[in-house]
Amino acid sequence: MEEVPHDCPGADSAQAGRGASCQGCPNQRLCASGAGAAADPAIEEIKEKMKSVKHKILVLSGKGGVGKSTFSAHLAHGLAEDENTQVALLDIDICGPSIPKIMGLEGEQVHQSGSGWSPVFLEDNLGVMSVGFLLSSPDDAVIWRGPKKNGMIKQFLRDVDWGGVDYLIVDTPPGTSDEHLSVVQYLAAAHIDGAVIITTPQEVSLQDVRKEISFCHKVKLPIIGVVENMSGFICPKCQKESQIFPPTTGGAEAMCQDLKIPLLGKVPLDPRIGKSCDKGQSFLVEAPDSPATVAYRSIIQRIQEFCSQRLPEGENLVGS
Amino acid sequence: MKSVKHKILVLSGKGGVGKSTFSAHLAHGLAEDENTQVALLDIDICGPSIPKIMGLEGEQVHQSGSGWSPVFLEDNLGVMSVGFLLSSPDDAVIWRGPKKNGMIKQFLRDVDWGGVDYLIVDTPPGTSDEHLSVVQYLAAAHIDGAVIITTPQEVSLQDVRKEISFCHKVKLPIIGVVENMSGFICPKCQKESQIFPPTTGGAEAMCQDLKIPLLGKVPLDPRIGKSCDKGQSFLVEAPDSPATVAYRSIIQRIQEFCSQRLPEGENLVGS
Repeated sequence: MEEVPHDCPGADSAQAGRGASCQGCPNQRLCASGAGAAADPAIEEIKEKMKSVKHKILVLSGKGGVGKSTFSAHLAHGLAEDENTQVALLDIDICGPSIPKIMGLEGEQVHQSGSGWSPVFLEDNLGVMSVGFLLSSPDDAVIWRGPKKNGMIKQFLRDVDWGGVDYLIVDTPPGTSDEHLSVVQYLAAAHIDGAVIITTPQEVSLQDVRKEISFCHKVKLPIIGVVENMSGFICPKCQKESQIFPPTTGGAEAMCQDLKIPLLGKVPLDPRIGKSCDKGQSFLVEAPDSPATVAYRSIIQRIQEFCSQRLPEGENLVGS
Repeated sequence: MKSVKHKILVLSGKGGVGKSTFSAHLAHGLAEDENTQVALLDIDICGPSIPKIMGLEGEQVHQSGSGWSPVFLEDNLGVMSVGFLLSSPDDAVIWRGPKKNGMIKQFLRDVDWGGVDYLIVDTPPGTSDEHLSVVQYLAAAHIDGAVIITTPQEVSLQDVRKEISFCHKVKLPIIGVVENMSGFICPKCQKESQIFPPTTGGAEAMCQDLKIPLLGKVPLDPRIGKSCDKGQSFLVEAPDSPATVAYRSIIQRIQEFCSQRLPEGENLVGS
């Protein structure tokens, strides 16, 4: 399904094909026949594809600019430091795909083969996919409406040949809209281990993050925990700490206590993080001494522990 | 839209750069003149921050014969956001594109703003449904232009260049670019740090490159975040801050841009 009218009631709604705005839509007959309400065969295909992927982690935030892509990239880097761990990083931010730059892979191309699309490999054990790799120029705007974005996400999940993967990390755009609904729906049969939710300390961020947590509950997506980024800044000149984004309502700590969700950790601001991202380098390697690196590593370990308690489908849980 | 003289969109390809903060303070700044009627429309359906930033959480909109009435912060400053339509601020609005578009159309068509000098439209990050819709719905009504917000690092500028591309594609004039989070002065030692380093020259280099005006650079100030969380105007709470000085200068440049573009039907005198 390609272009849809502005007031499209949705292919799976009771009004599909029957609403006033359906007149003239090329899909009107299809929708009116009830075909839209049938399950998308891609869901089964994706389930098959995902059988070779042990753990799937979504990185979410209601709020933009809190560090989702930065975190996703460094979660991938951290996990892939063990050569025996196969890591896949999927960027489903169609409008603002930051992952190619942050991973130092700008200008790389994806290839198609008989077994599907091949991701771009940063290391033998770290593969990356993003719409950024499909653009002719990094300044090209991808100005797509929801249905077209959903189609791309479906292709990413169904057609990318990741090979055997221990951890698939999915970086998402801000919000609770098409991309988020699609990735949860398409992966529905394949079991997502859980979501890591990123925030910054101020209430304006937490407000959007509570909405994201609400979304997770609604779609029955387990929450691994919350990461609070930009949590304080230590001035490199005088070593004193400032709260640049003051936690006026207690920050993520208070919110997590309130909602009974684990706080995985607090990451302070460090100008070297922004520099590493712009240069496409791993901050964990560039600044191993930074308190931010220490925080990241502790958070990554907690995520690994969470995942190892959830064994791949079909295996029994030993102990808990 | 005939009763609305000037329409300004606040855009950014990137999230979290300060669009809503800027939109709110542009509204505050313009409305300080009691004779200027200001309207602030928040079309971020998933993450509507404007009610909190304007200190209007919990307010309700009313429907009357002439349409929806916005929430008035002052006699001359009206606000509309999907946030006012939610039963609880933690409710997630989980809508796909077509439904979001429907809401934006209602906001533009059914809100009874009255006579307005400046309509400011705050947008979510990206170049998708909301942006296409607001441009398409306002196509016949003439948008004065877009103010594009960024932070100094290349990861932001990359998304902002896409937004500029979008503006060119839909023939939306660009008033200029605002660089937020442009340096931080440590309150303890008064020395400056670049928290989000401008590794590729920041907005200044990008604007020179693309021949677009740089309206100004706003430094980080923890009082901005505090004011937003408390729903107060930072311009009033911290009038001495370098950030306030920067904001006021940017607001003035925007007013000058708009005053050169007269409402439809009037001839331009000079240029």
